[in-house]
Amino acid sequence: MIVENLTVTAQEQLTSNVFKMKLTGDSVAEMTDPGQFVHMKVSNGIDPLLRRPISICDVDLNAKELTIIYRVEGKGTKILSERNDKETINVLGPLGNGFPTDHLHEGDVALLVGGGVGVPPLYYLAKKLVEKGVRLKVILGFRTANDVFLEEEFNEIADVTVTTEDGSKGIKGYVTDAIMQIEEVYQSYFTCGPTPMLRAVQQTAKSDGFVSLEERMGCGVGACLACVCDVAEEYIADGRKYRKACSDGPVFRAGEVLI
Amino acid sequence: MSQLRVELPGLSMKNPVMPASGCFGFGQEYGRFYDLNQLGGITVKAVTTEERPGNPTPRVAEVDGGMLNAIGLQNPGLEHVTQHELPWLEKYDIPVMVNVAGFVMEDYIHVSKHLSKVKNVSAIELNISCPNVKVGGIQFGSDPEVAAELTRRVKEVATVPVYVKLSPNVTNIVDMAKAVESAGADGLSMINTLVGMKIDVKTGKPVIANKTGGLSGPAIKPVAIRMIHDVSQAVKIPIIGMGGIHTADDILEFFMAGASAVAVGTANFVDPFACPNLISDLEVRMNELGIEDINDIVGRSWGKCNDVLSSSR
Repeated sequence: MIVENLTVTAQEQLTSNVFKMKLTGDSVAEMTDPGQFVHMKVSNGIDPLLRRPISICDVDLNAKELTIIYRVEGKGTKILSERNDKETINVLGPLGNGFPTDHLHEGDVALLVGGGVGVPPLYYLAKKLVEKGVRLKVILGFRTANDVFLEEEFNEIADVTVTTEDGSKGIKGYVTDAIMQIEEVYQSYFTCGPTPMLRAVQQTAKSDGFVSLEERMGCGVGACLACVCDVAEEYIADGRKYRKACSDGPVFRAGEVLI
Repeated sequence: MSQLRVELPGLSMKNPVMPASGCFGFGQEYGRFYDLNQLGGITVKAVTTEERPGNPTPRVAEVDGGMLNAIGLQNPGLEHVTQHELPWLEKYDIPVMVNVAGFVMEDYIHVSKHLSKVKNVSAIELNISCPNVKVGGIQFGSDPEVAAELTRRVKEVATVPVYVKLSPNVTNIVDMAKAVESAGADGLSMINTLVGMKIDVKTGKPVIANKTGGLSGPAIKPVAIRMIHDVSQAVKIPIIGMGGIHTADDILEFFMAGASAVAVGTANFVDPFACPNLISDLEVRMNELGIEDINDIVGRSWGKCNDVLSSSR
């Protein structure tokens, strides 16, 4: 865990409110686990005061370059979208525990299900799994065709199905509609997106899996207890009835935390 | 070389900066970033007799110049804290103050009595001011007589100095301070958070599940400064000042208002290195301003006027 001023190397608008930013710095070399996040101070000073947790979308370890994809939601992400090349941004990270992949082996099949800005962390994961020889079924859910991003990048490494709520691209409906059409057996699934989607994926998927949560955070390092989630009965082994999304997660075994 | 050492009851601090309760867990999270021995001291999270799960989420909301929180005193309970959390801090050579919370007077007495026996507990901070917990009608933090009674009864059982953390959500904080001083408090911590609310204009509902939350951060600093300015002139016991400290100049301001040490809260969330950075910045700033000893400027805003700033301006 390092705090470093990373230098912006690229900023690109992907959809009406989704942006892609690349940043470089020494701490990027630590960002080896897909599913982890960085905590970004989008501007100097006290406005806005707190950091913004943003998932890691891709990392080029040789070039020490981090890619993030984020949606402009409020003041903080708006400022982030206005930061330009060569400017520096104070970044704390990598934080949290990412997606475990040790249980998958060459020839296994993994299902990746992302919704909206829950899609980006699955890209770095997909690259790591492909390196291991794991075959991927990727389902990306968006509201409309205009909201779709990262589809081409995923297409280069995996079998991708897009769903849109209005049917303007791919399968009309939700990611779960696409999951139900899968006939092939998969050994594990990984999902990230809005909470109702995570809940639906947990109920629909036919294997064990992992979910990545998006929670309102304060410190990002496990101290403030802003982002706690209740734990399912059978996971209260150590007596602790909660998990911190920031430092115990953001990735949890499906069913471990109540969502 | 500026003198940063401060001596308060039970708290012999090599510099005047400690993290504030509730903003630093029990130290382990920030111990991964730096050696906690750099701190003047540490105040750990509120401890209650039994484990508390805290409030539903969302528990925090950002506002201009600060944040609202309603964590709800989540903590693993007295037994777990004394057996697991406090022993971890034994490897550090810094004073440890433990924040104590409760719902009835007996809770505070029980927890204070047991914590006094823990070898690395240097002082107790009575949390009579958490705005996020409903206390069956008893307002420990807003009724001077109740606060004094609680202080007196805790002092009877505590064998370490007792600080009382005052709430700013009162009509007259000087009366509260005087009441707990006369009841035997060894020091004051002030201020706790101010009760606030943020409404989501898309839903029309409060952002925080608890509806209200405690406002902290730079936005509340002027309130803290004013209250410490007033209280420090009315009591003889030392004050640990807190409320929005973000820069070394903020620390100097708290001292000049009348504080004898400071605690840093929300700034830790903004930058995990906030405390060590503030300590080194403070030394630089004191040198620039010609302040040789931090203790010399306590209460400067109302005390005798030796013009400490004249040498450098």
